[in-house]
Amino acid sequence: MSALDQARSIVEPTPFSRRLAAVVILVYALVSSIPLAWIVATSFKTPSDAIAYPPKLVFTPSLEGYVNLFTARTRQTPEYLASLPPPETWYEELVRKRNMVITGPSRFAGRYANSLIIGFGSTFFAVFLGTLAAYAFSRFRIPLKEDLLFFILSTRMFPPIAVAIPVYLMYRQLGLTDTQLGMIILYTAVNLSLSVWLLKGFIDEIPKEYEEAAMVDGYSRLQAFRKVVLPQAAAGIAATAIFCLIFAWNEYAFALLLTSGLAQTAPPFIPNIIGEGGLDWPAVAAGTTLFLLPVMIFTIILRRHLLRGITFGALRR
Amino acid sequence: MAELRFETVSKSFGRIRAVRELEFTLADGEFLVLLGPTGAGKTTTLRLAAGLETPDTGRLFIGGEEVTHRPPAARDVAFVFQTFSLYPHLNVRDNLAFPLRAPARRMAEGEIRKRVEVVAELLGISGKLANRATQLSGGEMQRVAIGRALVRQPRLFLMDEPLSSLDAKLRETLRIELKRIQRDLGATILYVTHDQIEATTMADRIGVLEAGELLQLGPPREIYDRPRDVRVARRLGSPAINLLPADRMAELVPRAGVAKIGIRPEDIRLGRGAFDARVRQIEPLGADTVVLLDFRDARLHALCSGRNGLRTGQEVAFDLARERLLFFDARGRLVDSTDTG
Repeated sequence: MSALDQARSIVEPTPFSRRLAAVVILVYALVSSIPLAWIVATSFKTPSDAIAYPPKLVFTPSLEGYVNLFTARTRQTPEYLASLPPPETWYEELVRKRNMVITGPSRFAGRYANSLIIGFGSTFFAVFLGTLAAYAFSRFRIPLKEDLLFFILSTRMFPPIAVAIPVYLMYRQLGLTDTQLGMIILYTAVNLSLSVWLLKGFIDEIPKEYEEAAMVDGYSRLQAFRKVVLPQAAAGIAATAIFCLIFAWNEYAFALLLTSGLAQTAPPFIPNIIGEGGLDWPAVAAGTTLFLLPVMIFTIILRRHLLRGITFGALRR
Repeated sequence: MAELRFETVSKSFGRIRAVRELEFTLADGEFLVLLGPTGAGKTTTLRLAAGLETPDTGRLFIGGEEVTHRPPAARDVAFVFQTFSLYPHLNVRDNLAFPLRAPARRMAEGEIRKRVEVVAELLGISGKLANRATQLSGGEMQRVAIGRALVRQPRLFLMDEPLSSLDAKLRETLRIELKRIQRDLGATILYVTHDQIEATTMADRIGVLEAGELLQLGPPREIYDRPRDVRVARRLGSPAINLLPADRMAELVPRAGVAKIGIRPEDIRLGRGAFDARVRQIEPLGADTVVLLDFRDARLHALCSGRNGLRTGQEVAFDLARERLLFFDARGRLVDSTDTG
């Protein structure tokens, strides 16, 4: 074997460092998925299993949490229950065993729908407006450009909740409290600074020669933007959308303050699902599990873009 | 095809005056090369012609129509950029078809397909039509970029150093191809470069641009033999022209007012003659050799044949092709040596 065969590039990781990296990542992944696994497991436990001590790692799965999450129930006397016709569905049967009857659907589905509408709605507007603004900041000579950009960023320099009371008073005046529109506007406003800054970085990286070529070739600026800039900014837009969605989806404080009924989102609703003698933990866990799904799916769909997105375009070429 | 005319066009960016009172006409079917160093205003000139910049003063005409304030899309010109010339998200065929699919043109897909194939054939990239733009080599990319301009059959081609990002060998091939295509199509081309070889080999006329000013415009031979300005003289020729203070060769100065004598390296004949110098350095180039001479406290580059038996440090006599000497005054202007007034 010649020396050349043994030579190794210093930029290539050695097999040992590769294995070490794999172990570190595996441990990290394991640790961060424990809470998620716990929540999912709890959602399939019975209420007594959920609060058992020591915690039960092995248990008989039950859908009681999910049934409780989606239904409103009342407790009845055994005599009354006996007088009822036999249960027609599996979930009625499940509820009867606890001496209860289903009185109707719970408010969870509505809250969940609110979360979807407000989360995706505000993400759409933040990214849509952010893309246009970022394009303008990136390409045009705008008076006071640097100051405007700094001003936009400065809205991120305090915790959003610091403006909770002014926002609350303003919303009451405008009749925007507890409306989906109000929440979409609020989350859009908060996310816009992030989206303008992130997207400006991405658009700055797209050489302006592309649009200029298109414009000389017979396209208007807007057409060139759509045909040339948008496809190349797709990765950045996807990454920005994920960040915006995660914020809007998880936001708790404003949702708690500004919504109570019609427009309440899932985050303030889920922790307050009351069961027999306190919180109904399996139902809370079931709600949380379902709540995790959209962001997970959205992120997995856009995962390829996200990696490039969070490295801020460093890997683009 | 159509002619392009600049009428006293000026453009500044902030305090920088990119081009000053530019005035020239590019004739129909002509290949005009603007030659100049970085920052001379070459690219600005092209961008003005394309409509990507609007002049501060002056007017622009294409085919006799004024286009000074027309947007790029309405000028019917094609632009080939130095880099970033292809859309990375499209394949070669779609890149070539992109200008034809412009909303302003509304061409039928059948016609587009036909034109794309003709141009691909012309440039020898027919086999690559389905490739993604990012899977091409540098030479293929620039070929496609030129193809994208050709496919439109525009009135005017504007090219901004389209070959300068390629390696030397490829540049040579494409240079020849581009000139052939221009002749075959009778295309009108305004071409910008800092490479004097590109300029002299392809141009019908060369315009020498420096600091936003058009110093001289004429056929390559004229620019080389009769540069009107010392800056023009320096721009063409490799090795560059020798510029000797007039007092070093006072015996050759024909009249008063000459500050510098310009001697092309190939006009120095080593071996015999009235002047003596010492060989300082020898650079063999193959067929030719560049000899650096110490001569009366100055340096002279001489270009002589590859086999000359010279050695460093040796004393050597030389003579000059006196009829080809150039004389410049203190402001760098050419002094006519036949006029003794």
